[in-house]
Amino acid sequence: MKILVPVKRVVDYNVKVRVKPDQTGVDLANVKMSMNPFCEIAVEEAIRLKEKGVATEIIAVSVGPAQAQETIRTALAMGADRGILVQTDDTVEPLAVAKVLKAIVGEENPDIVLLGKQAIDDDSNQTGQMLAALLDWPQGTFASEVAIADGKANVTREVDGGLQTVALQLPAVITTDLRLNEPRYASLPNIMKAKRKPIDTKAPADYGVDTAPRLEVLKVTEPPKREAGIKVESVAELVAKLKDEAGVI
Amino acid sequence: MAVLVIAEHDNAALNDATRAVVTAAKGLGGDVHVLVAGSGAQAVADAAAKLDGVAKVLHAEADGFAKPTAEALEALVTPLMEEYDAVLAAATTTGKNFMPRVAAKLDVMQISDITAVEAPDTFVRPVYAGNAMMTVKSSDAKKVITVRPTTFEKVGDGGSAEMDDIGAASGPFKSEFVSEELSKSDRPELTSAKIVISGGRGMQSGENFHLLDTIADKLGAAVGASRAAVDAGFVPNDYQVGQTGKVVAPELYIAVGISGAIQHLAGMKDSKVIVAINKDEEAPIFQVADYGLVADLFSALPELAETL
Repeated sequence: MKILVPVKRVVDYNVKVRVKPDQTGVDLANVKMSMNPFCEIAVEEAIRLKEKGVATEIIAVSVGPAQAQETIRTALAMGADRGILVQTDDTVEPLAVAKVLKAIVGEENPDIVLLGKQAIDDDSNQTGQMLAALLDWPQGTFASEVAIADGKANVTREVDGGLQTVALQLPAVITTDLRLNEPRYASLPNIMKAKRKPIDTKAPADYGVDTAPRLEVLKVTEPPKREAGIKVESVAELVAKLKDEAGVI
Repeated sequence: MAVLVIAEHDNAALNDATRAVVTAAKGLGGDVHVLVAGSGAQAVADAAAKLDGVAKVLHAEADGFAKPTAEALEALVTPLMEEYDAVLAAATTTGKNFMPRVAAKLDVMQISDITAVEAPDTFVRPVYAGNAMMTVKSSDAKKVITVRPTTFEKVGDGGSAEMDDIGAASGPFKSEFVSEELSKSDRPELTSAKIVISGGRGMQSGENFHLLDTIADKLGAAVGASRAAVDAGFVPNDYQVGQTGKVVAPELYIAVGISGAIQHLAGMKDSKVIVAINKDEEAPIFQVADYGLVADLFSALPELAETL
C-alpha cells in the first residue's frame, strides 16, 4: 500500500509573526521556517503504518519554493521513502494545491493521502477536503485515530462535542489532528541517509494546473489589541468588581 | 442574488451559531435562505423559519442526515448552488469538514473562518493563529464561506419564512458514520456558554480540575482548558480553547493557571470580560485581562467557590 503525504513549509510555530508596516503581509525575512506541525503528524502516522506492515511506500510531496526541498528532506529523514517537489515561487492557494495533488495521485495511485488538517500560516483547513472532492474519494478529517483493515479505514475524528468514528472505503483522504500521535525526531544517521533518497522536481505546469490566485489580498493588519486592565488584591475584591463594576455575575 | 446558509443542528435544536451565520449572510445582500439537512429535524426547520430576515427554508429529510458525512452534505449542497451566488456555514467541525468539498466541486476558493464582511466579495479572516487579520477579495463567481460565529451578532426571531421540502441526494457514498462518543456534561456547551472558566498547566493534574467544576456549577459556566493542559493529559481535547481548539467569546472568561500563549489568546480574546488568576505576575495573560489576581490558584479557587 502506497501513502502520499503532502507537507508544507511554514513559519516555525514558535515564531511570533509581525505584520509589515505597509500592510502587504507578514515579515518573513530571516524568520525560522519549519514543517507545518500537522504535516509532521501526518508523516509520523504514515511511518507508523509502514512499521505495522500496512504501508509499503511513503511519498512526501510539497508545493512551494526551492527551499521546500528541506521540508521534504525532513520527511525523508523521519522515514518517508522518496519525495516530489512541485516548485513555484508564487502563492499557491489550497484549491490549486489540491489540483496538483490530484494529478500526482493520478500518476502514483496511492491508497491513502494523509495530510495535516490545516497549515498554521494561512489557517485555511481546506486542502484535504478539496482533494477528496476532486477525486470523488471519501474523507476522514481531524483524525485522532486511524485503523486500516480489509480495504477500509476507520477514522476517529475530533468533533466539537467529542469524538466521531467514520468508516471510509479506500482509497481515501485522511487529515490529522493534534492528538493522533507525537512525531519522532529524525536521528543523525537517518538525516544522512535522507540525503541520498530521491526527490523529483516538477512545476505546477507539468500537471497542467493554473495556480493563479482566486483571492486578492487587499491588506494584512494587526489584530485589534486588548488593553490590560487592573490588578485586584484579593478574591473578595475580584468578586465585588465582577458583580458591581462589570456586572457579569 | 440569493444566499444559502447551512443550518448547524443536532436534529432536535438549531445551534445558535446559525444565527450568527445569518447575520454574516445578510452582509452579502439579497435573500437569505437556510438549508436544514437532517433526520426528524422538523423542529429545527421550524426554528430556522422564524429567524429574522430569512426568506425561505429548504428542508431535506433523510436517514443518512442523522449524522451526515461530508460526502453526503456536499452531494446535497453542490447541485443547489445553481440557484445561489453564495453559501455560508459556521466554521465548526461540521462546516470545516464539508464546505471545502463544495468549493472544490464548484471550482472556487473557499474563504475560511471570516470575522467580518466588508463588501459582498470582500472579507476579513484571521491568519497566523490570529496574529494577523487578512482582508481578501474573491474573484470567484460563487462564494463559499465559513464564518467564525463568535464575531457576528446573532439574529433573533421574528421571521416567518416559507418552507420548501426538498429531496436528499442519494448515494451510494464511500464513507459512513459508525459511532460517536460525545462528552457528557450538564454544563453549557463551551462555544455558547455565557461564562467560561479554563485551567492551564498550572492546574498540575486532571484531578485538580474539580476545583474549576465547583465554581462552574455555581456560575452556570462551561469548563475549558489551554492546549498545555490538554497536551499534559489533564483533560480531553474537546476542552481546548485556542487556535487549534475552540474559539469562544463569552461575557466572562476566567483563565486559571494559564500563562497566555498566543495560541490560547487567539481562542478567547474576544471575550467581554477576562479574569486571570496566576501566581506569576509576569504571565502574558495579565496583558489582556480586565481583572488580574496574582495568587496561588490552590488557595484562590476554594476561596472563590466559598465567596460565590
